[in-house]
Amino acid sequence: MHIIDRRLNPGGKSFANRQRFLRRARAQVRRAVREASSNRSIKDAGKGGEISIPAGGVHEPNLRRSSQGGVRDYVLPGNKKYVEGDTIPRPDQGGGQGSRASDSGEGEDEFRFALSDEEYLDLYLEDLELPDMAKRQVAGAHSVQWRQAGFSVSGPPARISVPRTLKHSMSRRIALKRPKADEIEALRAEIERLEREGGHFDELQELRAELEKRVLRTKRIPYIDPVDVRYRRLESTPKPIAKAVMFCLMDVSGSMNEHMKDLAKRFYSLLYLFLNRRYEHVDVVFIRHTHEAQEVDEQTFFYSRETGGTVVSTALFKMMDIVRDRYPVSDWNIYAAQASDGDNTSSDNAVVLAQLRDVILPICQYYAYVEVGMDDEEEHPGAGEPSTNLWRAYRRIPDDQPFAMRKVRHRRDIYPVFRELFARRPEGVAAEGG
Amino acid sequence: MTMLADSRLLFSGPDWDFDLIRRVHEACGEIGIKEMGLDPYPNQIEVITVEQMLDAYASTGMPLFYRHWSFGKHFARNEALYRKGYQGLAYEIVINSNPCIVYIMEENSATMQTLVLAHAGYGHSHFFKNNYVFKQWTDADGILDYLDFARSFIAKCEDRYGQEEVERVLDAAHALQSHGVHRFPRKRMPDLRSEEKREEERRRHGEQLFNDLWRTVPTSGKRKRSRDDDERRKALLGIPEENLLYFLEKTAPRLAPWQREVLRIVRLINQYFYPQRQTKVMNEGCATYVHHRIMNRLHEKGQIDDGSFLEFLHSHTSVVLQPAFDDRRFSGINPYALGFAMCCDIERVCTNPTDEDREWMGDIAGNGDAYGTLRDIWANYRDESFVSQFLSPRVIREFGLFRVVDDEDEEEMNVAAIHDERGYRKIRRALSRHYDIAYRDPDIQIVDVDLAGDRKLILQHRVLDGVLLEETDAERVLQHVADLWGYDVKLIEQDDTGALLAEHAAQPRRPFM
Repeated sequence: MHIIDRRLNPGGKSFANRQRFLRRARAQVRRAVREASSNRSIKDAGKGGEISIPAGGVHEPNLRRSSQGGVRDYVLPGNKKYVEGDTIPRPDQGGGQGSRASDSGEGEDEFRFALSDEEYLDLYLEDLELPDMAKRQVAGAHSVQWRQAGFSVSGPPARISVPRTLKHSMSRRIALKRPKADEIEALRAEIERLEREGGHFDELQELRAELEKRVLRTKRIPYIDPVDVRYRRLESTPKPIAKAVMFCLMDVSGSMNEHMKDLAKRFYSLLYLFLNRRYEHVDVVFIRHTHEAQEVDEQTFFYSRETGGTVVSTALFKMMDIVRDRYPVSDWNIYAAQASDGDNTSSDNAVVLAQLRDVILPICQYYAYVEVGMDDEEEHPGAGEPSTNLWRAYRRIPDDQPFAMRKVRHRRDIYPVFRELFARRPEGVAAEGG
Repeated sequence: MTMLADSRLLFSGPDWDFDLIRRVHEACGEIGIKEMGLDPYPNQIEVITVEQMLDAYASTGMPLFYRHWSFGKHFARNEALYRKGYQGLAYEIVINSNPCIVYIMEENSATMQTLVLAHAGYGHSHFFKNNYVFKQWTDADGILDYLDFARSFIAKCEDRYGQEEVERVLDAAHALQSHGVHRFPRKRMPDLRSEEKREEERRRHGEQLFNDLWRTVPTSGKRKRSRDDDERRKALLGIPEENLLYFLEKTAPRLAPWQREVLRIVRLINQYFYPQRQTKVMNEGCATYVHHRIMNRLHEKGQIDDGSFLEFLHSHTSVVLQPAFDDRRFSGINPYALGFAMCCDIERVCTNPTDEDREWMGDIAGNGDAYGTLRDIWANYRDESFVSQFLSPRVIREFGLFRVVDDEDEEEMNVAAIHDERGYRKIRRALSRHYDIAYRDPDIQIVDVDLAGDRKLILQHRVLDGVLLEETDAERVLQHVADLWGYDVKLIEQDDTGALLAEHAAQPRRPFM
C-alpha cells in the first residue's frame, strides 16, 4: 500500500475546462452578469457571485426515452396502505414519480453557478475602453523601459548570454568535427599502454600521428570562437504611465438629495472599478462644493450635508490647484467625473465654461458630466434634453474635446450610461476624436 | 487516562496521520482478507483537499482527463452547490485501476478514514477485481496510461486544428456516448495499453503510404450496383449496428483520421465505465457490507472505541437510508440501501434461514458459508441478475416495495403488485428490469446506408412500451450524427409491429473535413 499526499499538488485542475465552459456560454453569461449587476449594492459591484443562465445553451443532449407517454412501470419503496388493484391519481407532470422524472436529465431551465471576481469583472467591463489612453501613453513617454529583445553579435561583456553562446559554440564544434577531450584522452592512454607493453612500432607511430593530428585540430578549432558569442539585446520602449488620478466632483448643496447622491456614487464606483483594471495605481480625489469647494474624504463626500449656494467653478479651480500641487500632468493620467443636479449660479456659467475648456480639458484624459435627476421626473422622450443651467453651458463645449455628458434618473440607467460613455469606438471615430 | 490506555486501540480522537492510515489499513486487511477472504487490488491511497475533490467530480472521478467545456460546467455546478451547502461531498472516490486508487479527504476524522479504507480499499477494490463484468470489459492495468494518452492526443489536436474544431467532434461524440458501447463481448479483449501504440503505428503507416501521385490518378466512373449487392453491402458495413460511435468511427466517409481517433477515445473511455453502470447496486452493496463487517469486527476486537463506533453508525445509517416514495427526500431506490440490505439478507439466509428462504433460495439457504456465498455472488452477477436471483420476499417486505403501472391510456395509475405472496415475483421481475441497462437505454440501431444513392444514413429506434425518444434532444443528437456522417441522416421510431411512430431527419450543418 502506498499513501500519497496530493494536497500540495497544484490546484485548479479544472481551470482550463472552466474557461472553455465560460467561452462557450459567453454570450449568455455576459447577459446574466449585466442583469445581475443592476440589483447589486455598490460595494459588490465588482465582486463575483452566483449567476444563472438559461440551461439551453450549455445543454448536453443525449438519446434517451421520453419522460412522458407510453406504458410505464415503477417499483417504489415505502408502501403503507396500497393493495394490489388500487388506483392512484396521476401526479402533475414532472413531480411525483421522483427519480424517474428527474433522472431523465437536467430538468431545470436554469443553470446556476458562481463566477470569481476576476471573471465577473472581465465580463462586466468587456468591450469598454478608456478614451485617448493610447495617446497619453505615448505622449507622456519621458521615461523609457528596457526590454529583452532577442540577441545580438555585439554588446558589452556584462550582457553576454552564456547559454546562447555555448549553444552556438557546440553546433560549430559538432559541425567542424572538433575532437572531443575524452577521445584524445583515450588515445593518449592507448599509446601509453602500447609504449608500456612494447607494442608494435608501426601501430604506435600511427596512433601518435593520429594524436598529433587531433591535438592540432583541437587547437585550430577553438572551444569558443568570437563568432559564437552572443549578447542579450535590449530595446527601449516608452513606459506607459501606469498611474491615474480620478477626481470626483459633486454638488452637495441642499438641492442634491440622497437619491441623487446615490446615483452619483454608483457612477463613481463604476469608474473607479474600470480605472483600477486599466492602471496599476489609481488615486481618488473627492471634491465637494456648494458656493465654495473643499477636498474631503469619501465618507464626508457622500454622507455629510452642507448648505449654501451653488458655484460650480469653485470645484474646478480646486481641482486645478490639486493637480498643480500633487499630480503633475506628465506623470498622471487625469480623469474627472462631475455629478450635479444641474443647478448653478447663472453668473458663474461663463467662468465654468472657460475654466473647463481652456484649462481642464486640455490636461484631462476624460471628463464626464453626469446630471442626476429624480425617478419621478418626467421622461423626455425623443428630443427631450434637460435644460438646466449647467447643461446648457456644457452644451457649448465643442465635440472634439474629451468630454461627455449624460442625464441619469434611475439606478438602472447608470450602467448603460457608463457603457455608452466608454464603449469601444470604431477606429475611425476614435482617430477623429484624438 | 492516557490516550493509549488500551493498547489495542488503533486511535482515539478524530486526528489522523499517515502512520495511522497505514495501521488502519493493515487492521482492515486483517479482517477483510484473512476473515472475509477478500481479494482486492493493492491500494494506493491519495489524500486530497476539497478543491481537488471537486476537480475529481468534474472529470467523472478520474485523476486525469482530456479537456472539454462540459467538465467545466459540471465543476461550476458542483462548486456552486457545495459552497451553498446544498450538497455534501463524498468521503472518498475510488478508481477501478491496478493499483486501486482511493482518494480520501483531509477533512475526514480518523473514524471516517477507517470507514473509507474499509469501504473503498477493500469493498470496491475486491468487487472491481473479481466481478465478471469488470473482468470482461475493463482493463484496470491500462486505464490510467490510456487516459494520459487521450489527454495528450486531444491536446495535440487542439494545438493543430484549434480548440473549436476539436470541441465540435467531442460534443458530437459525447452526445452519442450512451450509444457508444459494445454490449456483447468481442473476441478480442480490450487492451488499453496498446491503444497508444496502435494510433502511432496507424499514423506511421499512413505517412509511409502517402504518395501525392494518387491524387492525380483519374478516377473511374461510378459502377452501377445491382440489387443483389444489397445484402452483401450491409454485411460489409456490419449493419445493423447498435454501437453508433463505433460505426461512425469506422465508416463515416468524411472524417479525418484524428477525428476518428477522438471518437474512439470517447468510445473506449465510455466502454470502461459501462460495467459501473451495470453494477451500481451490487458494487455499493458489496462495499457497504464490507465496511459494515470490518467496522463491527474492529469494534469487537477492541480496536476502535465506542465513541468512534457510534460515529461510524451515525454515518452508516445515513448512507443506507431509504426514504419512502412519498418522502420529500425520495429520489429513487438508494443503491447503497438496497445493496446492503440484500447482502445482509444473503448472509442471514446462509446462516439462519427460514422456511420461506429455503423455498426461495434453496441452493444457498443454510449452507453456512456466508462470506463464500457472497464472494461468489459478487463475482458472477450484475445488478439485473443479482436482483432477479437474490431479492428475497423479506427484503421486499422490509422495503415495502410495490409496483405501479402508469398507462397513458388509463385515467389513473394502477398498483400492480405489492409485498404479498402474489406480488413478490412480479416486483422482483420489474425491479430487475429497472437495472437492465439494455432495457433502460433506448434501443437504437443503424439499419441502412444508401451508399449508391445520396448516402443517407438510416437509424431506427425500436419503441418499447410506447415510449418515444425525448424529442428535442433526439433532434439535437441527430444533428451531431449528421455532422459526423457528412450527409443526410434519418431516425425512425417504430414499434414491434413495424408501425412508424415518429421520424426525425437532419442535414449536416458544416461537415467535418
